[in-house]
Amino acid sequence: MSDAVVPHRTQDHQAPAGWVRRALDSDIFYSFRRSRLTMVAASITLLFFLLAIFASWLAVQDPFDPAQLQLLNSRIAPLWTADGQSPFLLGTDEQGRDVLSAILYGLRISLAVGIAGVVFAGALGITLGLIAGYFGGVVDTVIMRIADVQLTFPAILIALLVNGVAKSLLGNRLDEMSTLGVLVIAIGLSFWVQYARTVRGSVMVEKNKDYVAAAQLIGLPAPKIMFRHVLPNTMGPILVIATINLALAIITEATLSFLGAGMPDTMPSLGTLIRIGNNYLFAGEWWIVAFPGIALAGLILSINLLGDWLRDALNPKLR
Amino acid sequence: MLAFTLRRFLQAIGVMLAVGIIAFAMFRFAGDPVNQIVSIDTSAAERASIRQSLGLDDPVLVQFGRYFINALQFKFGVSYQFRLPVSSLLAERMPATLELAIVATIFAMVAGILMGVYSALRRDTILARLFQAISLIGISLPTFLIGILLIYLFAVTLGWLPSFGRGDVVKLGWWSTGLLTVSGWKAIIMPAITLGLFQMTLIMRLVRAEMLEVLRTDYIRFARARGLTTRAIHFGHALKNTLVPVITVAGLQFGSVIAFSIITETVFQWPGMGLLFVQAVQNVDIPIMAAYLLMVSLIFVTINLVVDILYTVVDPRLRSTVGRAA
Amino acid sequence: MTQPVLSVRNLEVEFVTRRATLRAINGVSFEIAKGEVLGVVGESGAGKSVTGLAVIGLIDPPGRISGGEIELSGTRIDHLPPEEIRRVRGKRIGMIFQDPLTSLNPLYRIGDQIIETIRTHTDLSESAARRRAIDLLAEVGIPAPEKRIDGYPHEFSGGMRQRVVIALAICAEPELIIADEPTTALDVSVQAQIIALIKRLGRDHGTAVMLVTHDMGVIAETCDRVAVMYSGRIAEIGPVQEVVRNPLHPYAKGLMGAIPTLAGEDKRLVQIPGAMPRLSAIPPGCPFNPRCAFAFDRCCIERPEPIRQGTQSVACHLFEPAKETAA
Repeated sequence: MSDAVVPHRTQDHQAPAGWVRRALDSDIFYSFRRSRLTMVAASITLLFFLLAIFASWLAVQDPFDPAQLQLLNSRIAPLWTADGQSPFLLGTDEQGRDVLSAILYGLRISLAVGIAGVVFAGALGITLGLIAGYFGGVVDTVIMRIADVQLTFPAILIALLVNGVAKSLLGNRLDEMSTLGVLVIAIGLSFWVQYARTVRGSVMVEKNKDYVAAAQLIGLPAPKIMFRHVLPNTMGPILVIATINLALAIITEATLSFLGAGMPDTMPSLGTLIRIGNNYLFAGEWWIVAFPGIALAGLILSINLLGDWLRDALNPKLR
Repeated sequence: MLAFTLRRFLQAIGVMLAVGIIAFAMFRFAGDPVNQIVSIDTSAAERASIRQSLGLDDPVLVQFGRYFINALQFKFGVSYQFRLPVSSLLAERMPATLELAIVATIFAMVAGILMGVYSALRRDTILARLFQAISLIGISLPTFLIGILLIYLFAVTLGWLPSFGRGDVVKLGWWSTGLLTVSGWKAIIMPAITLGLFQMTLIMRLVRAEMLEVLRTDYIRFARARGLTTRAIHFGHALKNTLVPVITVAGLQFGSVIAFSIITETVFQWPGMGLLFVQAVQNVDIPIMAAYLLMVSLIFVTINLVVDILYTVVDPRLRSTVGRAA
Repeated sequence: MTQPVLSVRNLEVEFVTRRATLRAINGVSFEIAKGEVLGVVGESGAGKSVTGLAVIGLIDPPGRISGGEIELSGTRIDHLPPEEIRRVRGKRIGMIFQDPLTSLNPLYRIGDQIIETIRTHTDLSESAARRRAIDLLAEVGIPAPEKRIDGYPHEFSGGMRQRVVIALAICAEPELIIADEPTTALDVSVQAQIIALIKRLGRDHGTAVMLVTHDMGVIAETCDRVAVMYSGRIAEIGPVQEVVRNPLHPYAKGLMGAIPTLAGEDKRLVQIPGAMPRLSAIPPGCPFNPRCAFAFDRCCIERPEPIRQGTQSVACHLFEPAKETAA
């Protein structure tokens, strides 16, 4: 392959048009080859979103409502096994909770926390990045130093710390909704750095361009210039980061819940369900952990594939 | 060279100071140090006198100084849950975590480099595609799911490996090791794979990309034009040039491995610092959380420093440019 | 007539892409005798470098030699099994690439790179190879070679690095040296030294040299014979004085017009209008026809074959085949 470079290089300045066309063709070819996978990933992602949105219509019971759970129905195996019982398609857990219903509701929690976390991280990162890039100087140094230091630590560690501190400040017994809030903040604080860096980089490039100078000349205020004119130019990379971060945020939430530092048993997310189910693995009740696990893995994998495709499509050079 | 080392050293101290401030803030404001000593039914007056004796009414800067000096002597206060000094808890748990992290890193490097080299040299084979698929899974699946899957396969179904703990450990002074017993090795296999899988995929992708890049360079073409054997070109010239960035990344990742062991240790109930930390988060045991943050940061910063310095030793170009700049 | 060191007959090189098969070299024939320096000149993309790579067997997929023969001192070396062509490379053919800055592995001492090459091709011991490496460095004009042998490439200047590259190319006493634009990346002041060095080494060792360049000045002062390439073919080949003084092919005429001379300051340099066609769009007939001032109907239909004109050979319809004299 390496020597194929020779004719390319020698042809380059002679007649770029043909080679550009060829490159375009190959990109489309590449995209086409991948697109089937991407289409599947997109459909699965969409399916997960629909399942989460319509969970209350699809589920046979409300797994968050203790009144609907009956211990009589506990630990029932999936429907297709010898011990299966209708209407529990994927079986039930030790509290008599229908696994499928729990997954649908858990999916809702996981997606909600993930999306809210990404939005929070994005808002924080974009704002700090705009400020750092636009004003430069000490502000820039301080923000980017913090970013550098934070980037050396894995997000999960930061999320755990934020979670622990928040619990300590708010009291250990949090209700479900405040836990949700703490999780969103923990995830947001763990993932803002990448946005800030990207936005700062773009702003540094954009702010020297003529249209920004023109906007300054006609006296537009700085925030307006940043949000109206500079920000739209950075949306491509931000979209890519957000998609990939959605997968990471969902993993982080699931991990926190799995570690017992996230959603409580009374309002389980997918990670909580896996933690609960893990306790019954040795008893042979595999379905309690397996189905939430498969749901989580499928969700993350399809979002990741979508993110990869988006990255390639928006900026082939980034690979 | 010396000036470079010194500058890096000062940067490292700066980072540690910043982390120290965060740890102190957690210790002092998120947690109440009085709680380390008293029980729930202590009266308000007693609490106040304890506050006084602990110096909690002193100016914040004085308190920070005191915390900092204590931390330098590895005095991190007393755990709320265990009523034991945090430093002895950490010291007791540290060997387990370090052994796990080292075995996981070695696994990740050996497997990652082998798979990476193979998939760079034999790009279109089925095995290379399989490696690519594994790397996608390694990057996409949450660690704990992989751990659970391994447990289900090798502990529950096949019964080959233990699902929790370190097996039999041997005391070597204050260090307890599981690497001298068969059961210790059996116990570390699954946690090490679970922990190392992510780094392995990272190294594999990096080796593959770097190797393909290096194979395209002029000096490899020239090496071929000199008639060197394929073996000498691939494993002498190409691999050596590939390994410089790979070793850097693997070294820098060691800190992450230790931090990620939080999850692995929880899945496999591995009695290390990570498990201690998770229990601390669950029970809001602030002194342990603050101390863990400091310890992990210290490991991170030290590794970064060592890797930076080693990097200049491995690459002669850097050595002299750095020397000249100094 | 003695046997030539290198003999290339009707060489064809193709690059297979998804879209089409591009023919980078199309029916190239030439010979180089012992001690002779053949210059290969032409614009970028004319196929000079690909010809050199084809001779040394470094055309990688998707490229391949699709026709013709390459003989080195009478033995065919095209389509040798990989292991056998590897033994030819470096031992019987030395190669010098364009950029000395990137030709050497930055992580190895230059001595180790030379010793490695010597020991790949000979039975010399480590210490004997080291002594030979020092001699080689001295021969290519590196001062204090016994000290510099332990240096890393980045410690050498561009010109010195190219000398190291040349030492690497000649370390197994090859019969043929292929120098692919050896001076393009160097300072003008160093270029002349390197050219003189290559010329001297060729003369001293009786090595045949194939010098690929786009610099007519270098050709005029170094080479015995010159081949002018255009669009993967040889437009004209002949003794350097003849081709420079009396070019026959319209393209060679244009190229010679592009050499600045001290004497002809008042004469304007002639430019050839247009650009060389892309590999994917080579016109039928003579590839030069769109740019040729003398083109007529036949040029657009029939491909001109090389025709002997005295000591020169030219592929152009303007010339009638002479009464064939035995070569």
